[in-house]
Amino acid sequence: MRKVHEFTCIGCPSSCELKLVEEEGKKLEVTGSGCKIGEEYAIKEFTAPERVLTSTVRVENGVLPVLPVKSEKPIPKKLIREAVRELAKVKVKAPIKQGSVVYENMLNTDVNVIASRSLEGKGLGQ
Amino acid sequence: MDVDTLVIGGGPAGLAAALSANKNGIKNVMLIERGPELGGILPQCIHDGFGTVIFKERLTGPEYAERYVQEIKKTGIDVKLETMVLQIDRDKRVIAVNPADGLLDIQVKTLILAMGCRERTRQQILIPGDRPAGIFTAGVAQRYINIEGIMPGKKIVILGSGDVGLIMARRFSLEGAEVEGVYEIMPVPGGLTRNLVQCLQDYEIPLHLSQTIVDIKGKERVEGVTVAKVDSKMKPIQGTERFVPCDTVIVSVGLIPENELSEMVPLAMDSATGGPIVDEAMETSEAGVFAAGNVVHVHDLVDDVSTEGEVAGKAAARYVMGELKERENPTKVEAGENVRYVVPQVIRKKSFEENVKLFFRVKEVQRNVSVKVFSDGEKIYSRKERVVRPPEMLSVSLPSSVLEKTQVVKVVVEKE
Repeated sequence: MRKVHEFTCIGCPSSCELKLVEEEGKKLEVTGSGCKIGEEYAIKEFTAPERVLTSTVRVENGVLPVLPVKSEKPIPKKLIREAVRELAKVKVKAPIKQGSVVYENMLNTDVNVIASRSLEGKGLGQ
Repeated sequence: MDVDTLVIGGGPAGLAAALSANKNGIKNVMLIERGPELGGILPQCIHDGFGTVIFKERLTGPEYAERYVQEIKKTGIDVKLETMVLQIDRDKRVIAVNPADGLLDIQVKTLILAMGCRERTRQQILIPGDRPAGIFTAGVAQRYINIEGIMPGKKIVILGSGDVGLIMARRFSLEGAEVEGVYEIMPVPGGLTRNLVQCLQDYEIPLHLSQTIVDIKGKERVEGVTVAKVDSKMKPIQGTERFVPCDTVIVSVGLIPENELSEMVPLAMDSATGGPIVDEAMETSEAGVFAAGNVVHVHDLVDDVSTEGEVAGKAAARYVMGELKERENPTKVEAGENVRYVVPQVIRKKSFEENVKLFFRVKEVQRNVSVKVFSDGEKIYSRKERVVRPPEMLSVSLPSSVLEKTQVVKVVVEKE
């Protein structure tokens, strides 16, 4: 049986319209993508949808009260809400370097949540 | 004070322009930013999807900005934060002010305008009703949540389906607010398809097309809005009104290039883009004055903004060195069938780069069309597109050699 599934790539604003062909005994085939991101996205979206988690966490002693964070890799879509609730419990201390881990192994996904930016502490230079 | 290249605006266009001018040999580059930090709007755009073209990665806004800021720090570029430009003269004298230096009187050889754009507000679309607290543009709400750490409301109605509004629908939902729905007066969504998927569909937030807010109720704070369906002329249809209780209205109804300074020069403007007319080197109608990014036309991709900044910076460096070719009798670029605008609007006969990239937007959604480029009436380029939509910018790259003798180049989107 041959089935065609349609997706819109969320990899970048180009929003490529993807077609994924499912055929018994054959590799999944993706068309319509402008780059590799789209091909991988369609297959993931069909088999196990994932999203990069982006949110903020509270900061102590920072020049700003919140720090933007992201999951280093996409995590299962169905875990996003629970992951955000976990992040609501986190409070980090400035100064913070971009890329530093603010939450390890989110919900046993083996994916860390990291700082999306560097943030200086209060009273340390500007 | 004398400066070779002055860049106004520290967002993605200005960052790339300043770096590029520096890299192309200008030692004396100054970058002026009115905010307290560099990056423009990027620090508050905490979602990912930035940098897929330039870095081949999906970065968040803050990460994308930080890559450029780190590069800037390695150079001798003079960065002036919390600095407001008050005046630009035609002879390239710039007056600016900040708390550290007081008044700055700067004579520049080249100027790069990178002031970006700003949001259209409630006042500009004339929603009737009360004037309570609780009405924000999407970008302001984004700043409250992602930078200031403040939730602007609990029950949200979003007016307009622009990208920032869609992204904020998701953000509000994730932070525990209830997003009742997104109302779009047009029959088609204003934002990118990918944002309809990952911001609305993922979070089961309804999108109501051909509907708008006809009244806002509330004494101190918003208490609710009346929504109604509209007809093909966008007039509300009587009898379709529905009251929606909410405490917050988010307005996401488009972006406008911020060109008060450009008009002060004054530069020739394009009424279709809302920005200055530029050539393929991002030079405006005034020799030595360049512009790049959302101040020229509102982009979808920050990568394209950075690329424009890079071109402007390089061209400014060439100008300072006296190497930028004169712009005599340039090729005119025209928007044809179903094309709202094309940037650049002019191309010099001896083009700045080997390839000329034309960016354009369509007026209306069309399926199974051809994008064609005509040089003085002769077709020199054609490709098929399955679907074209106004929110999604299109581009065509042409070898500049094919345009050397062209008077008028025209971009057309039409059925076969």
